[in-house]
This record gives sequence, C-alpha cells and structure tokens, in this order.
Amino acid sequence: MADPVPLIELRNVTRRFGSVTALRDMSFAAHAGEVHCLLGDNGAGKSTLIKTLSGVHTPSEGQMYVDGRPVTFTSPRQALDAGIATVFQDLSMIPLMSITRNFFLGREPVKGAWVTKRIDMKKADAIVYEELGKIGINVRDPQQAVGTLSGGERQCVAIARAVYHGARVLILDEPTSALGVHQASIVLRYVAQARARGLAVIFITHNIHHAYPIGDVFTMLNRGRSLGTFRKGDITEKEVLDMMAGGREIRELQQELERFTKPGSGAEAVIS
Amino acid sequence: MPWTLIGMTIVTDALNPAHPPEPKPVSRRLVRLMRRPELGAITGTIIVFLAFGITAGNSGLFSMAGIANFLQVSAQLGILAAAVALLMIGGEFDLSLGSMIGFASVTIGLCVTQFGLSISVAVAIAFVIAIIVGALNGILVVRTRLPSFIVTLAGLFILRGLTLAITRTVTGRTQIPYITDGQEGSFVVWLFGGKFGAPVFAWLGSHGLIAARPDGSPMVQGLSMSILWWVAVTAFATWLLIKTRFGNWVFAVGGDDRAARNVGVPVDRVKILLFIGTALSATLFAVIQVLEAGSADTLRGTQKEFQAIIAAVIGGCLLTGGYGSAIGAMFGALIFGTVEMGIFYTGIDTDWFQVFLGSMLLIAVLVNNYVRRKATEAR
Repeated sequence: MADPVPLIELRNVTRRFGSVTALRDMSFAAHAGEVHCLLGDNGAGKSTLIKTLSGVHTPSEGQMYVDGRPVTFTSPRQALDAGIATVFQDLSMIPLMSITRNFFLGREPVKGAWVTKRIDMKKADAIVYEELGKIGINVRDPQQAVGTLSGGERQCVAIARAVYHGARVLILDEPTSALGVHQASIVLRYVAQARARGLAVIFITHNIHHAYPIGDVFTMLNRGRSLGTFRKGDITEKEVLDMMAGGREIRELQQELERFTKPGSGAEAVIS
Repeated sequence: MPWTLIGMTIVTDALNPAHPPEPKPVSRRLVRLMRRPELGAITGTIIVFLAFGITAGNSGLFSMAGIANFLQVSAQLGILAAAVALLMIGGEFDLSLGSMIGFASVTIGLCVTQFGLSISVAVAIAFVIAIIVGALNGILVVRTRLPSFIVTLAGLFILRGLTLAITRTVTGRTQIPYITDGQEGSFVVWLFGGKFGAPVFAWLGSHGLIAARPDGSPMVQGLSMSILWWVAVTAFATWLLIKTRFGNWVFAVGGDDRAARNVGVPVDRVKILLFIGTALSATLFAVIQVLEAGSADTLRGTQKEFQAIIAAVIGGCLLTGGYGSAIGAMFGALIFGTVEMGIFYTGIDTDWFQVFLGSMLLIAVLVNNYVRRKATEAR
C-alpha cells in the first residue's frame, strides 16, 4: 500500500490568469508506487495543473508540498532538481540527433579535464543500451537518430530518460493520445514498470480506455475544479466516463449513430 | 480482466529483458559512416579531382604551384566555412560575415598606419572588436527572436558602410597600403601571412623533384600559413561538435530550440557564442589577407558570406539547422577552391565558375534533403 505521506501534493490550489480562473480550489496528491490518472476534457484545467506541478506556473492561492514539506517552484529546473520530471507531449526530443545524444542532452557525462573535457560517449552508449534493453526496446545502435524510432518507442525513451535522471514523480502529458493500440500498450507497460520501481506517476489523458487499466487512483477535472478522487475499487470504468465532461455526450452520440444503422431507416437509404 | 493481464506481462518483461545479440562492430561502423553528413562532400571532392585530372592534367593545376594556389584559395574560404557550419548547425545565418572581413581589415590598417600601433596590438584589437560585433549580432537575434537572416543582413550594410565611411574620412582613400612595411620578418606577420615548409621545398627543389629556378631554389618556397589555420580551425570545430557538451547543445539548439530549452540547454548563450565564432573567423580571414598582401581594402570579403554558406551546404549542413559537419565544410571549401583554380588553369572562361557554383549548391541542397529524410525515417 502507498506511503501515507504523498510524494507531491497540492492543497486548495487556485490559479488565475488575469480574470480567468484556470484552477479552482484544487486538492491533489500522488503517492509513490501509484499511477494517478488525471482525466478531463479539453479546457478542464489539466495543462494548468501539470504546469503548476512542474514549476512552470506558481499557484495564486494554496500551497504545494513535496514529501510533506511546503515548496514553491519558480522554474521548471527547480522542480526537476526536486525529482519532478514532466514528459510533455512534444517529448522534448530532437529527431535528427542520436538516441544517446538526446538521452543525455543537458546532462552529458564527461571525462577528462579542461581542454580535453569531452562527452564520455562510450559510457553514454552503454547506459542507453542497458536502460532501453530493460524496457524491451532493442536499439540496434544507440547512435541512430531518434527520428528512426516509432512513436511509442520515442515516448518510452523520453520516459526512460526522465527516470534515469532521477525522477521520483513522473508527469506524463497525454503519453498515448497520438499512438495506435499496439504502440500505446508498449507505453502503458512501461508506465506499470515505473510504478513497480516506486515512482509516483501522474498520467494525464482524456482516453479512459488507456487510463482505467493502468490507473490506481482517478481524479476527474471539469472546468478547473476537481470532481473528486476515487480509488479503482470504488468506481467503474463507466462511472469514470460518465463523470468526465463529454461522457453523456458520447452516449448521446452512440444512440444517434445507432439510429443511422437501423435497418430500413431513411438515413441508411440516403447513405447507400 | 484485461488490466491484470497487462500487469502479468509487465512482470515477465521486467524480469527477462529481451537483449538482442549486439551487431558486429564492423558493420555498425560502416552504417555509421554511411550516415555521416560529410559523405556527399567527400564524394564530390573525388569527382572534381577526377574530372580535372582528366581534363586539366597537363595544365599545371596539379603542379606544385597549382596545388599551392588552390589550397590557399580553399583554406581562406574554409576558415570561414568551419565557423559558418557551426552556426548553421545551430540554426542561424550570419550575412554580416563578408562585411566583418572588410571592417577587420581596415581596423588593422588604421591602427598601424594612423595610430602607429604595432601589428600584434592591431591584430589583438581587431579580434576584440570581432567578439563585440559577434556578441551584438547574437544578442540581437536571441532578444528580438527575429530571423538571423534579417538581423545580420542589416549588419552586412552597416558594417560595410562604416568601413567605407571611416576609412575615407580618416585617409581620404578606400585602400590602406604599406601596413607591414619594415615588419616583414616579424613573428605575427609570419604566423598569419607567412609560409611554412620552406626547408622541405628547398630540399625537393635541390633534388629536382619539383620545379626549380636555375639557381636550384624551388619555384614554390612554401605553403601559405592559411592552410595550417584552415586545418586547425576545422579540427577545433570538429572536436567541439562531436566530442564536447557544447557541440551536443549546438545540434540541439538548431534541431529544436524549445525542446533544448525544456531539458536545460542554455540556448541563448550557445547562439551568442556561435555568432562570436563567425565574427572571429572573419577576422582571422582578414588578418591573413592583410598580412599576406601588406595592405587593406574596404571591399575585402565582399560576397564571402554566401560563399561560406555554399561551402557549408556542400559539406552537408541543412539550411534548417540541426545537422551538418565541419569536416564536410572543409571539403566544401576544397571543392570551391579547386574548381575556381581549375577553371582558370584549363582556360575555360571564368564566368562559368558562377554557373558551376549555383548548380553545385542546388545539387547539394537536394542531396542533403534526401539524406535528412532517410536519416529520420522510421525503420
């Protein structure tokens, strides 16, 4: 069971941009060894929440805690130093650069001193080969360009990079939204591995079918407010879907679509 | 239930990471070699040498004097091309490069002839000014977030205008002669404008291995120091790019500066340093020309900004940044110099050189685009 002190916690956080309130009285906690899913439609306040957690925005009201201690981050670098790593949707990877160069970008291991100070490429390659091997990605050559990897592999490399560089809290922004079923399952599997290693994973998505199998805890967001936090045993997939904005709309859409396909209906005649 | 199934696969995967057999290092090295950006330029160099070897074999292009000539032309451009390649990999252009050459030339000229400073002090002042101009270019680009193409195009006119205006106001002319008078033997003049390898050439001449004058001294008494500078600058740029953290940042900044910033790369600092690099290379070019010729001219370096970009592009640099090599730029400059001299030696009308240059650029851009597509294709 999870540690009683959350790794990262927001208490009654409000964030305003001018007259717009993007987050209202938000409370949220992520524990080590748990996948906490944040669900909500576009505009629900998911990205503001991520950016608050990762140090891009500071709360207008309320307080953030790491390991139970109050903290105020004024830059993403500070959050990173506290072990809070965010894998943004664009992954922050450069397609024309090699996997190794991307993996260590900004934190290159060096050897030698002064004028002979250089990147320890051999060591870096070995680490990349090992780290990616652990998650089942077989790179033929760590010096091949990131652009040659598939979308799911790229996502995994981005996560592996965050984990390797000491992340304790892993914030994943829509990690599966651009991927097909097979690719998404590679990523979900890896998320479960990160959880098994004791990381707190915050998984942001609007896709309940990806979130429900992997999640331990679910927080639903709508218009900047939390609709509540539930453990998996206390809520079904359907209830989660209903609570997300758009759940009802999807059901209505389903009914509407069913009408189109009823045999003998006028609509079918028009279509065919 | 599906999620428990996923949970089980995870456990097995985590316990038995599927490690494939490592590929043979030889084939891996070959694949890596094929992926190098300078491959096209090296192939181009071989083709150019073969073509002139067949058509201009007896014209003197490949005599000692001819080789010394085209190496010198290539070297001067190559010094610029190495710095420009770094800047282009970093995703920026410096069109003020050619004007910076003129500006640095007259700075040295005026310092020596008007203010009576020694040549070494004048050269030092020129390099300090280059650092200031480069930093200004860089700061303007990163602060305004305007395309460097426009910012440095302004620099092209401002610097050339200043060069002309200041020189004409102070001396009443546009050329400054007699700069090295009386100091021909000094170390600084030799270091930048001298020749090296004299004993070797003397030995070759006295043994009749290369063309010699009747008294036994060789026709070619040594190679221009610019060739050593060319090799040194290229080696330094290559070391920076491939081996150092800074080089990694240069690729990242040119590939995607937002992503680079997200992972903590000091993007602005990298770009400013690259602009300082091109200004320094322009000044090195100017110092070499001034000390070789002994005079400065306000029009020195005209169009060099484009020639350096062409050499870098032939060498495999992408116009969009994030990809390229300094060694490639070296071969790009070598192609440039060889063809320029080759056309002269074969007696072809030199007007054709520009046609060749444009075609070369077009082919290089097409090849680079193809290579880039191949490099990022999912396999």
